[in-house]
Amino acid sequence: MKIRLDRVAKTFQTFRAVRDVSLEIGSGELVALLGPSGSGKTTILRMVAGLEYADGGHIYFGEQDATDIPVRERGVGFVFQHYALFPHMTVAENIAFGMKVSKVRREKAAIARRVEDLLRLVRLEGLGDRFPAQISGGQRQRVALARALAVDPKVLLLDEPFGALDAAVRRDLRRWLREIHDELGITTLFVTHDQEEALDLADRVVILNEGMIVQEGTPQQVCRDPNSAFVTRFLGDANRFAAEVRGGVARSEGASVPAGDVKDGPAEVYARPGDLDWSTTGPGIAATITRVLDRPCGRRVVAITTGGEHLEFDVEPELGVRAGEQGFVTLRRAQVFAAE
Amino acid sequence: MSAVHSRNKPPRVGDQPVFRRVMIGVVLILGALLILAPLVVIGFEAFSKGWRVYVETLAHPDTRHAIMLTVITALVTVPINTVFGVAAAWAITKFDFPGRRLLLVVIEIPFSVSPIVAGVAYLFVYGLQGVFGPLLEAYDIKILFALPGIILASLFVTAPFVARELIPLMQAQGRDLEEAATSLGASGWRTFFSVTLPNIKWALLYGVVLCNARVMGEFGAVSVVSGNIRGQTNTLPLHIELLYHDYQAAGAFASASILAVLAVFTIIAKVALEGRGAGRVRRPSLSAPPVSAVPAVEPKP
Repeated sequence: MKIRLDRVAKTFQTFRAVRDVSLEIGSGELVALLGPSGSGKTTILRMVAGLEYADGGHIYFGEQDATDIPVRERGVGFVFQHYALFPHMTVAENIAFGMKVSKVRREKAAIARRVEDLLRLVRLEGLGDRFPAQISGGQRQRVALARALAVDPKVLLLDEPFGALDAAVRRDLRRWLREIHDELGITTLFVTHDQEEALDLADRVVILNEGMIVQEGTPQQVCRDPNSAFVTRFLGDANRFAAEVRGGVARSEGASVPAGDVKDGPAEVYARPGDLDWSTTGPGIAATITRVLDRPCGRRVVAITTGGEHLEFDVEPELGVRAGEQGFVTLRRAQVFAAE
Repeated sequence: MSAVHSRNKPPRVGDQPVFRRVMIGVVLILGALLILAPLVVIGFEAFSKGWRVYVETLAHPDTRHAIMLTVITALVTVPINTVFGVAAAWAITKFDFPGRRLLLVVIEIPFSVSPIVAGVAYLFVYGLQGVFGPLLEAYDIKILFALPGIILASLFVTAPFVARELIPLMQAQGRDLEEAATSLGASGWRTFFSVTLPNIKWALLYGVVLCNARVMGEFGAVSVVSGNIRGQTNTLPLHIELLYHDYQAAGAFASASILAVLAVFTIIAKVALEGRGAGRVRRPSLSAPPVSAVPAVEPKP
């Protein structure tokens, strides 16, 4: 089902959490709301769920105005960051809860069959008799998802679903959630502050800051063509250089890059650690290495320019660089924005 | 280096043997003198004139009436305050509304006000010379010096017991479970009975047990509003006092032994419930967000 937000706003006391956000989520799409804490992403999700009422604007489910439909009748599946499993019920009872309280009466046997199907879907066959306290965090979140799916929701909403889990489990669950989404084709909206998670998982990423949408697009669009310094910084590590734009070229000390359509004047140049090259001979930005961090996939070099700016870039694992070494940094590609 | 340090292990702070023995000794002696001795005396004195006097005292119509009255008061007061406590805890922990913190303070008032003050206050509200006195008299409604007055006073005194057990727990549990249940289509009642109640039941029972013990033992407030009419408005604690003033020490102690037995059962129930996790959650602060794990002292760099 298609969801449409039309100039939705929410204020808590004096804090404007969400400011006139308009957004469309296509039927069957998997969309991530990405932003730093306090950017209003969770509030938007809770308003779509009906757990929070919008102060202004409308939320449409398909063609129906759902703004004032209470959460109970909105037909959404909500997955909480901390699972919110009922601790006094077994896994199977948790999953069956929505079907038991439903106005649509179901036979016990039918409910039990559906619980079995859902347990298989989330790969927890045989754990139906356990209590939530007896299973791992990743398993709990899968139970929470099965419970949300049990009521055949029109929309699946996930609030930082993997936020409380450790890195390896997160990665597994991410791939698995994508598979489930592709299998069921259910319209899904999820909130995260983890860029990698949003980019890995979503068809489309909506980046929020201070209650407003800063940019939205496919992972490819936002990564290759960020529309602001904020998006660039937020999506990942970036080195910043102060620069001056003249006639379509941004010049910094020892480097120049095409500036696209940025107007003449002071500007900021951002380059990812992978977009910098190191050489012992010029030309380039003169810098001194202060530290070398060894990582499984390469070496991360921390350097300081003669202008006093800190840089981070990656070099080949075989390259024998050492702290104290002097050399030159060149930019392979970069993003240029007018200075704020 | 003293002998204590001979095993190369410095003692933990405050763990010198002398200090430890003195502290434990003081607590044990004071505990025995102040708490255990009176209880033992009750047992001895109750039976000092033999089994017959004990049974006769308990079988006396006035004593039986006092027991009846106490039980009736508890049967009315405890359920009302249970509902009140659950409602108050629910309102404070699950909703945001202006005056939430004030309500938290108001609920605690009966704990800080002397029961006798509460009794006198009731006297001035419902008494003949009180605010509603003439009105009540005109309609021939008896509140003071009758069962309604006793129940009202007991309600006041025991109002906080259930609420203060539930509030910290429900605050710690947050709203996620209720929100999850509602998003799955459960009604308000269904959510309360199948999700909220099962998760607070031990704390609730704990509060009810404490509330009941206090209702049955309440003296001050009840003594002011009941008028101490023997065989009519005397609850068990008031009856004990009357017997004592009538120089019937054995009778007084016999009646007191009932309350003492009640107290022992209360403690057993309390310990059993604490074993299930009730009554362990910290009190909420009036200003801080629910159950934060903020360290009291920030480590200085």
